[in-house]
Amino acid sequence: MSERVNPRAVGLFGLVALLFVGTGFLQSWNVTLTILNMGLISAIMALGVNMQWGYAGLFNVGIMGFVALGGLGAVFVSMPPDTEAIAAGGGRVLGGLLLGAATVIAAIFVWRRGGRYAGWLMVAVLIAGFLLYRAVLDPGVDAIEAVSPANRGSIGGLGLPVLLSWPVGGLLAAGAAWIIGKTALGLRSDYLAIATLGIAEIIIAMMKNEDWLARGVKNVIGVPRPVPYEVDLQQAQAFRDFAAGFGADTVTASAIVVKLAYAGLFAVVLLFLIWLSQAALASPWGRMMRAIRDNEVAAEAMGKDVTQRHLQIFILGSAVLGLAGAMMVTFDGQLTPTSYQPLRYTFLIWVMVIVGGSGNNWGAVLGGFLIWWLWVEVEPLGALLMQGITAGMTDGSWLKSHLLDAAAHMRLLTMGVILLLVLRFSPRGLLPEK
Amino acid sequence: MEPLHALVTLANFVIVPAVAYGSQLALGALGVTLIYGILRFSNFAHGDTMAFGTMAVILATWGLQSMGVGFGPLPTALLALPVGIAAAALLLLGTDRAIYRFYRKKKAAPVTFVIASLGVMFIYNGITRFIIGVDDQRFADGERFLVSAGGFRDATGLDEPLVIKSTQAITVVVVVVVVAVLFWFLNRTRTGKSMRAYSDNEDLALLSGINPERVVTYTWLIVAGLATIAGTLYGLDKSFKPFTYFQLLLPIFAAAIVGGLGNPIGAIAGGFVIAFAEVTVTYPLKKVLGYFLPESLAPDGLVQLLSTDYKFAVSFMILILVLLIRPTGLFRGKSV
Repeated sequence: MSERVNPRAVGLFGLVALLFVGTGFLQSWNVTLTILNMGLISAIMALGVNMQWGYAGLFNVGIMGFVALGGLGAVFVSMPPDTEAIAAGGGRVLGGLLLGAATVIAAIFVWRRGGRYAGWLMVAVLIAGFLLYRAVLDPGVDAIEAVSPANRGSIGGLGLPVLLSWPVGGLLAAGAAWIIGKTALGLRSDYLAIATLGIAEIIIAMMKNEDWLARGVKNVIGVPRPVPYEVDLQQAQAFRDFAAGFGADTVTASAIVVKLAYAGLFAVVLLFLIWLSQAALASPWGRMMRAIRDNEVAAEAMGKDVTQRHLQIFILGSAVLGLAGAMMVTFDGQLTPTSYQPLRYTFLIWVMVIVGGSGNNWGAVLGGFLIWWLWVEVEPLGALLMQGITAGMTDGSWLKSHLLDAAAHMRLLTMGVILLLVLRFSPRGLLPEK
Repeated sequence: MEPLHALVTLANFVIVPAVAYGSQLALGALGVTLIYGILRFSNFAHGDTMAFGTMAVILATWGLQSMGVGFGPLPTALLALPVGIAAAALLLLGTDRAIYRFYRKKKAAPVTFVIASLGVMFIYNGITRFIIGVDDQRFADGERFLVSAGGFRDATGLDEPLVIKSTQAITVVVVVVVVAVLFWFLNRTRTGKSMRAYSDNEDLALLSGINPERVVTYTWLIVAGLATIAGTLYGLDKSFKPFTYFQLLLPIFAAAIVGGLGNPIGAIAGGFVIAFAEVTVTYPLKKVLGYFLPESLAPDGLVQLLSTDYKFAVSFMILILVLLIRPTGLFRGKSV
């Protein structure tokens, strides 16, 4: 792929570019750039899923959890620390978490070495450990959450530059993937799917519930930015002259410049990841992964450690998802745990990978841009369509208002139809693997 | 009196709700497990099938109510059930013809079916939201309580109340009837036996002249019935909201897997295991323990092991534990 350019790929990417440019002319360039930025992030998520599914055939439907963990990483790294809260309960929380980890390790140890009564001993260790953990942790948590809960009430973060949080978000997701992979990767395909689906829900439940961590459902707002603020730009004389040079309004120009800066940052990350994944796929390692995917038994007979390789690719793919999650929180400037919905953050990414072409990195990226554009634009298009359909109906009729209201739900229907059509008529995606 | 009070409190807050919820999960899990046994894939669209069937029931209920038809002390929705089941059956059979049959002919890998069911899930989700919207709908009518707090106190003279909502009682009665009919069908009728044969050994069943398309059609019909009834009972007991039904997918899958995918008895057992675990772990046990323990040992806190938001976490902890210790579930299930 890297040597010869595939005309089909060029054509399809050109088409998607046309969609974005068309949006710019018909709607506004501001909208286009917003879609483009989220499209870049979606493409990175699709790359991560493509590693797990396309290279190794792992069916992970816990994407949402890893993305959310990445977002948590962004908050941890970039928000200023709340020294008062940490002084109030930080020690207890840390102690509690260490006790929890020690309990799990002790339970595993007992399970392996316990002899005849291993099961009962493990249960006893877990129960005792849990009670101890809650006894140490709870007062600390209460103390932290009591520190002016209306606008603080969490431990804050490290106060480091937000760009640093992107790899940290990836690391956090990778760590979670290691734990999950250790327990769940031995399961068969369907079980792995359900297990990851559930683990993602648990991660979200934890983020909603543990206020001391990142304020839970009270949300974290004002995550620091890697790019200048619009307001600062608007006040800078140099920028006003620059905007005037284009004959543009200062407010619009500042919004566009900020989004372009984000797009530049995201594009650098995306290109770097594509380069890495293409190189990996072409290497002996990539050949081994595909061999394992296509025939696990044969690969195992050739002396490949299938379980270890699966764990490896699961962690790598999840790290990419975490990275994308941290980037998304940076772009949004806030962490809102309630906004993480499986339809949007798990299943939509799957549509991107399947439609784009599983096993093909460029396909996944194409799917990311195309499906994200559709996801955003189907709503106004659906509204237009409904206006067309209902134009002949009398104003104020029950059916007319119902149809106009319902146009907002067109996007789910469209995504399902697209997924099924591609799966049926082009099962290997728009850009198939070679 | 003390242990009796503790028991009544426990029954009121844990046992009664968990039995009702467990029955609803059991019906849902039966649907998932039947599809897994016969069609051999995990159907991610099952939660949304339940939502669609329930929506049809709600629309029919509203129709009946506007015509002034009621069901006495029972909810009108029970009268509307056949309409909902018929609608769900049409939808499922149509989906099978348009989508799943193609992959069945090609003998596609199970994971292809799962991905197709993701697409179906999006479409059902869209249809349901398109027709009825995303808001909460309450459609329970008739008598609200079978045993009310005051009535129980007057009758027994105990301090602690026991409340049984009529929807909870109806749930249990309906589920017992449905399960009895289902097991009679699977074990005693020719069609049921051919379904079990097909599930146990496809090749052998085909050799003995069983028509696979007929088996599949019957499966979808039964699944439509189970899903609609489960969804309606859940909606009567709590309320109907499309997104909640989508989320029900998680405990339902957990129940089916804990019991052993493909095993109907396992699905029922799994439903109750998950329901009891969820309710017990997230309920503050302070009051119950307070009756048992002497004053000095009475707990200070609420003794709520985990906050209610973690109820999904509970079902999945059990799921993971069962999968690690008994990978085919409590009852012998199958694994593709």
